[in-house]
Amino acid sequence: MTYVPHTDADRREMLAAIGVERVEDLFHDVPLACRFPVLNLPEPVSEMEIMAELQAMSEENLDVGHYPSFLGAGAYNHYVPRVVDHVISRSEFYTAYTPYQPEVSQGTLQSIFEYQSMVCALTGMEVANASHYDGATSTAEAVIMALNVARGKRKKVILSPTVHPEYRAVVRTYTQGMGLEIVEKDATECMSLLDKDTACVVAQNPNFFGQIEDLTGLAEQAHAVGALLVVVVDPISLGLLKAPGDYGADIVVGEGQALGNGLNFGGPYLGFFACRERDVRKMAGRLVGQTVDREGKRGYVLTLATREQHIRREKATSNICTNEALCALATAVHLAALGKTGMRTLAELCYHKAHYAAERIAGLTGYLVWSHRPFFKEFVVRCPAPVAEINEVLLEEWGIIGGYDLGRDHEGLENHMLLCVTEVISRREIGALVEALGDAATEVGQ
Amino acid sequence: MKADFGVRCSGASLPAVGDVAEPVLYELSHPGRMATTLPALDVPPAELPPAELLRESVDLPEVSELDLVRHYVRLSQLNWAIDIGFYPLGSCTMKYNPKVNEAAARLPGFTHTHPYQDPHTVQGNLRLMWELQEMLKEIGGFAGVTLQPCAGAHGELTGVLIMRAYQVDRGEAQRCKIIVPDAAHGTNPATTTMSGLEVIEVPSDARGNVDLEALRALCLAEGPTVCGMMLTNPNTLGLFDEHLPEIVDLVHGCGGLMYGDGANLNAIMGVAKPGELGFDVMHYNLHKTFSTPHGGGGPGSGPVGVCEKLVDFLPGPLVEMVTYEELERDFGYEDEDAECDCGCEDEDAECDCGCEDEDSECDCGCEDEDAECDCGCDEGDEAVSFYLVMPEKSIGRVKAFYGNFGVLVRAYTYIRMLGGEGLRQVSEMAVLNANYLKSQLQGILPISHDRVCMHEFVAQGIIAGAPGIRALDISKRLIDYGFHPSSNYFPLIVPEALMIEPTETESKETLDAFAGALRAIRDEALTDPELLHDAPHNAPVRRLDEVRAAREPVLRWKA
Repeated sequence: MTYVPHTDADRREMLAAIGVERVEDLFHDVPLACRFPVLNLPEPVSEMEIMAELQAMSEENLDVGHYPSFLGAGAYNHYVPRVVDHVISRSEFYTAYTPYQPEVSQGTLQSIFEYQSMVCALTGMEVANASHYDGATSTAEAVIMALNVARGKRKKVILSPTVHPEYRAVVRTYTQGMGLEIVEKDATECMSLLDKDTACVVAQNPNFFGQIEDLTGLAEQAHAVGALLVVVVDPISLGLLKAPGDYGADIVVGEGQALGNGLNFGGPYLGFFACRERDVRKMAGRLVGQTVDREGKRGYVLTLATREQHIRREKATSNICTNEALCALATAVHLAALGKTGMRTLAELCYHKAHYAAERIAGLTGYLVWSHRPFFKEFVVRCPAPVAEINEVLLEEWGIIGGYDLGRDHEGLENHMLLCVTEVISRREIGALVEALGDAATEVGQ
Repeated sequence: MKADFGVRCSGASLPAVGDVAEPVLYELSHPGRMATTLPALDVPPAELPPAELLRESVDLPEVSELDLVRHYVRLSQLNWAIDIGFYPLGSCTMKYNPKVNEAAARLPGFTHTHPYQDPHTVQGNLRLMWELQEMLKEIGGFAGVTLQPCAGAHGELTGVLIMRAYQVDRGEAQRCKIIVPDAAHGTNPATTTMSGLEVIEVPSDARGNVDLEALRALCLAEGPTVCGMMLTNPNTLGLFDEHLPEIVDLVHGCGGLMYGDGANLNAIMGVAKPGELGFDVMHYNLHKTFSTPHGGGGPGSGPVGVCEKLVDFLPGPLVEMVTYEELERDFGYEDEDAECDCGCEDEDAECDCGCEDEDSECDCGCEDEDAECDCGCDEGDEAVSFYLVMPEKSIGRVKAFYGNFGVLVRAYTYIRMLGGEGLRQVSEMAVLNANYLKSQLQGILPISHDRVCMHEFVAQGIIAGAPGIRALDISKRLIDYGFHPSSNYFPLIVPEALMIEPTETESKETLDAFAGALRAIRDEALTDPELLHDAPHNAPVRRLDEVRAAREPVLRWKA
């Protein structure tokens, strides 16, 4: 199946109109030695066959629908209301392109405008763009924006080590050609490192370990030397916690997946990105603005395009064009479905359940809850054996997907597990986890 | 011929779309409404954090589920989309998005997997990714592919960072310039700057090729500082460069690498492999060439293919496969006696069985059912298994996790249903459609270059006898005729450019109707130009004031 509608008669007529005999004649500019190679690919299959094969392939996985999962660490299992998939499955949305022709793209444009508005409300910021690829790349773009706000004169970037390790890795990848000094120190230490050469400090709240941080002081210290504060944030936590805009953040970014998007093995996700109005012209990514048409009727357009690559080329703030519009739409629908009350309730559900789980685990022999209160929906537990071994017992004997092994990227945190509890986890499942952990301690510890 | 845009949703209770102004969600809000339900708290509540860390509330709209559904359905009806009609945006490859792909990507076994699950619990995902890597390698003629980049521009950044890392690795750190043709997409120069490199622009010649003499001079003058060249081929004029081998030789000759912008791969699948044409790096746009939906501006996916010498620099993790045969051959694997069969011969391997440490007691337990090793060798019946590795000299990660997996599933489905011959047919019909449409526009609009084109071509919005008419007027008038406009004013080197890419999934009738509309618009331009200046007449809104949007930005809803 190639989805090509051409009949033999069509082909003949079209070739005659072009004035060539065969389709192959259209490719004379391709060097002869390379022309028409054989593509050694699997034989084509029908829709029925590929679906059967994919079904089988997908069932080779153990999925969190069948195995309660306590994995978080930047990708979260929240319930996505059915209305979300209903909206994003409308082909008027998903088979449209970037809204370059506003007169026939008002649906996409208005939905992005609403997304921007809700992200501003959530983060307490003045401007939000249409999205970046994910939380990691929006963090990297935030760092680049801070360099641009400083007009390239500041070359130091302070990254808190409690920022997601993969986000820090992506910041390093993105900026590797820029000759920066990237310092990875924690919030207290970095205060002493702040100086006139610092473009920004990047902190995460709740941090990678789930801990809620008070960043008010850090914002003041950063601003005192003219540096920006970039805050990476879990949007679900903002149903409960103070908006970063209210404690002095200059740029707020994060992974939007938790709102409206499934786990999908790591993508597609979306990076949300919000900043102050004064810096908007240094921000990368698409922006939708409200305007009027010739008859004075309200409408929406892509705006401030002079920041972007298709206008500014090598002087653009970033090369980004395609972003994650449909994922942002899913986030917007979920946010609107939750509304003011639902957002608060959802955040509290996660908070209370996580604390309940931590309390239960704290009572287990061999385990130590390493996190201090308050944390949000994740916390760290020191285990009596390597996390991999504990998780193996959890999965094999209890059908539970255990937490994230912090030892894999944090030196000194061997045997430490980062557990995540969201609203999808029931009290019964927390009970099973606690029992399973106890069991694992006995089994592996001996 | 009258456009039918808007007719779709005319009904007893709805005015024609052109007259609807859908309120902003906030304007539909009524305190106390909610469009979802949440489970009751089933555990004792914990003490909340101190008040200074909390907020009062979040200012989100409060609507019922029906309000929400109607709002978004109405918004959707203000959009043009491939599933509504012809969408000939040049350079965007707006082909049909098969519905089976959507079903495939929504299989719960795929959607409900966490990226940090132990590899042996996500073998299905890893198998799909590995097979897609292999298929893209075959289509592009490359030795390695990363699936990590999320979009074409993201792939470009990845590719250019790889080129730079390669040059630095071989002691050529002074190579900090990238040659970019003047016809290139804006992303090419923007990527170069973002990578910390410098752009040198090379002009095009009269036939739409790279100006070979200018390139020769440039390579001579700048040779030792050239990191490489970014070339879109077929280029943005829809033309296959007639001197490609010479261009490749010039750039390679001065020590540079060739980057292929794969935006236009839809023209040459099964026609030529970019790797065999001399490109060292190329990104694929799965959301163009491989039929995954554009989503109103993403999510896309921009895998990057590289030649052998660049494989070690790819961003990771990549998916690798081990077979029992390989284990036997490479490590003298002999059943129970094997010390470790996880396949991590490389000391730097990412395999989490931990056996990179020579002294460690391997616990991957080849024959042990309870083995932890993600190489999967505990699966007695499995002949192969898949695991994640970080290449030796990797430029690092370009995103968290592994790529836009849901998009990868769709592209995989597409390639498997088409096969090699099918992909070649796609490219052939894409090129046939473009050349046919071009032939039908002869005498209606000027065409930038009088040559056989590939999958797209550039017409000009210039009408003799109607001096006031611009490309924009023609584009907007096309909306009234029920067509999405082509790309406007790009490439920059063609005045009043209308870049038209019909794609292979459109029928001859559609192309004839589009040509007919342009003929009618040309006639209108001569007799009633105001009709074009005022267009569109039959869309949800008239032309919008973009200047005002930029001068007085309103970027969020305010009460």
